[in-house]
Amino acid sequence: MMPFTFAKSFHLLRLSIGTLLLSGFLSLLSSASLQAQENPYIVAYDHNLEEPGSLEVEYFSTFGTQRGAPGFHAFWGEFEYGATAWWTTEFYLDGQTTFDQSTLFTGFRWENRVRPLKREHFINPVLYVEFEDINEADKILKEVEGHDVEADQAVPNSIARQQVVREIELKLILSRNYKGWNFTENTLAVKNLSNQPWEFGYALGVSRPLAMKGAPHRCNFCPQHFIAGLEMYGGLGDRSSFGLHDTSQYLAPGLAWNLPSGWTLRIEPTFGLNGNSHQFLLRWGVSYEISAFGGMVESLFKGRE
Amino acid sequence: MKFRCSSLTRVLLVTGLALGLKAQDANKERGQKEKESVYAELEKVPEKERQKSNPLTKDPEAVAAGQVLFEEHCEECHGSGGLGGKKAPSLRASEVQNAAPGAIFWILTNGVVRKKMPVWSKLPEPQRWQLVSYVKSLGIAPQPDPGDAAGKP
Repeated sequence: MMPFTFAKSFHLLRLSIGTLLLSGFLSLLSSASLQAQENPYIVAYDHNLEEPGSLEVEYFSTFGTQRGAPGFHAFWGEFEYGATAWWTTEFYLDGQTTFDQSTLFTGFRWENRVRPLKREHFINPVLYVEFEDINEADKILKEVEGHDVEADQAVPNSIARQQVVREIELKLILSRNYKGWNFTENTLAVKNLSNQPWEFGYALGVSRPLAMKGAPHRCNFCPQHFIAGLEMYGGLGDRSSFGLHDTSQYLAPGLAWNLPSGWTLRIEPTFGLNGNSHQFLLRWGVSYEISAFGGMVESLFKGRE
Repeated sequence: MKFRCSSLTRVLLVTGLALGLKAQDANKERGQKEKESVYAELEKVPEKERQKSNPLTKDPEAVAAGQVLFEEHCEECHGSGGLGGKKAPSLRASEVQNAAPGAIFWILTNGVVRKKMPVWSKLPEPQRWQLVSYVKSLGIAPQPDPGDAAGKP
């Protein structure tokens, strides 16, 4: 496959945003929107799953600085579906542009989150299983694990894209909602399906809406629609050398704006905490929730009553 | 041709009538069981949680704010005005309207995940109480015509 030119990559980006906007617009026409209540986390997960039958279409973007190599823009699309109230399944398509190099499709991911306990508890566990089929040029940094460091991503696209990575990723998500706050901790273990050791990582998050009470009228700018948060994540080495040495670590304050029309906007400036990390990443995302998606699909396969 | 009701015809008629009545009873029973099972979760609420009172009872804006939240998060399944929809039961049934505010709050907080009701603990507590205020303000809906199948919860 030939690498894309910059013009083509720009076109691809416009196309992906256009697709998202179009899907959102079509959904608006069908009046099937539902206000999401999303936390601002981009890496960490909490125990709040997608509502059953709802499809959330998301686009995320990361602009990154890179020492010793050109900067990059990594982007991914997510399709998150609430199969049941206790099971959410999600499909990702990843890509990236490394400036002065090329734009690549870097692979796909399929993740599943299952809530084993049927009620709220002091701490709520969620089990997470993901399969990734990506290449080494993938830079979306959806998670940081093992001894991932900034220098790994300085490899030119033309070389990195030739190395295929197939991984199984397991996470234990422990999360709690308390007096409007959300506290979450994710522990992750990743196994490359080739002969590589288990790698480990973590993510921590805390968030809170700017107002606890709902307003007595519909509004876009009411403070309850804004959720501020902070997340921290990084690698924990691998099975043969567990610990923080030669790992990258990040701290990221974020803000989510949940619009009553079903749109959510997130922004998260991210700062590297040590010399192995990217110094700065600017991450943002836009998502739209189609609440009656499951019903719409079901009705396609049913006759009129 | 003169119609003669033979013994066999009489037996068939009586048997058919009996089966029809039995089926009607079974339908009624099934409908009653479905209704009971839909609202059965309210009976499972722990007593301590049931006793919780709504801290927003005297808040004049609680019902209006609850209505906005209901339209944003709940109406899709529970229908306009909480009258019920294809995916979720009516909230204007006597079982809900006569339930303690604490019981409704507990259901909102914990969901009924095995029956597709999501957990709403992600909404802060005051917003959940605003929702309870709105739901309780709706009152019991008039009983539908017993012959109207669409009136089932």
